[in-house]
Amino acid sequence: MLRIVEPGLSTTVQDTGRYGHYHIGMPPSGAVDQYAHRVANFLVGNEADAATLELTYTGPEVVFEEEGLVAVCGADMDPSLDGEPVPTWTAVRVAAGQTLSFEFATEGARAYLAVDGGIDTEPVMGSRATYTLIGVGGHEGRELEAGDELPTGATEADGLEGNSVDAAHVPDYGAETSIRVVMGLCDYRLTEDGKETLLDTEWTVSNEADRVGYRLDADVDIQGLFVEREQPFGAGTDLTNVVDLGYPVGSIQMAGQPIVLMRDAVTGGGYATVGTVISPDRSTLAQGRSHETVTFEPVSVEEALTAREDWTARLDRLREELLG
Amino acid sequence: MTSEETIDAPMPGVFYRRPDPDEPVFVEEGDDVSAGETVGLIGVMKTFHDIEPGTDCVVTSFEADNETEVEAGDTLVTVEPE
Repeated sequence: MLRIVEPGLSTTVQDTGRYGHYHIGMPPSGAVDQYAHRVANFLVGNEADAATLELTYTGPEVVFEEEGLVAVCGADMDPSLDGEPVPTWTAVRVAAGQTLSFEFATEGARAYLAVDGGIDTEPVMGSRATYTLIGVGGHEGRELEAGDELPTGATEADGLEGNSVDAAHVPDYGAETSIRVVMGLCDYRLTEDGKETLLDTEWTVSNEADRVGYRLDADVDIQGLFVEREQPFGAGTDLTNVVDLGYPVGSIQMAGQPIVLMRDAVTGGGYATVGTVISPDRSTLAQGRSHETVTFEPVSVEEALTAREDWTARLDRLREELLG
Repeated sequence: MTSEETIDAPMPGVFYRRPDPDEPVFVEEGDDVSAGETVGLIGVMKTFHDIEPGTDCVVTSFEADNETEVEAGDTLVTVEPE
């Protein structure tokens, strides 16, 4: 069992997500950086779908009631065990009663704390992911608070202490600012100049960017990017409105400003979505900090599928190395 | 002569010296504050994080202005512990 002494800014239980309910308006939730979440699990002997804690900007203080193996991947929040610094991207043994504490990250936004056996809260609709907007999953459907106690599952693997991943597999947060997108579903609503502006602009991650949406700021007249038209029946009066449609996860919704819809976002509506951030780059974007800038790079569906295959193969190799 | 200490931003966001735009500031420069007393807020991800000193102290100066953007690690306030 883990006990939360200090919760940090926003700490939630997350996993690979809650699937199969998108059509009724339920987004997947789950770790917004699936790469760091999965590697942290592999390091402690878990499968990818075990639940971890997602820490945001400033980490928590956690006491372990039993001994176990932990790994912290993602943004470096300078973890320490009873005051002694511990390495990240490495499996670390903790003794019963020890306290793991964190500072704040200056590169990257989110870290993942995996525990052998996984965080064993009760699954809801097949997932332990926390969806705070409606209070479902994780621990009581909310961000963790001081005094919360979280059960951990039975340990499946052992002898992994000290395991780590090569530096080549540790992302350099903040270095990659080009985010790949497949254009559509509604990019036909943009003028040619509008498309160019969308793709040539350096967008700043706003202060509101979170697990729901990454709001992006720039001195751009969003309406001016759109083709003038008489709005069809069923669409709102604004040029950026369309007749309601499903929003792909990762799509760029033009609601007064571009908002990249993340894992806790609304699943459909009447704003034009002009591109979709490809799945591997959603992990990169989720490590983007408020005030950092990003640009969009258009890719074809084939390029997007290849990027996803490469990403999956890389994680499969890491799983094979670490879990055997 | 007591040495000065700083309170640094633990996250990026917007720094606020007031609980609400129409309310007075939490503290003025020169005020005595207790450990854990709120001296400011950082707003990020639509949530507000309290900025508070770890020890009883006197606020020497605010290094960040009200409603300005700050980065993690930026000095917000300098204080003189009592």
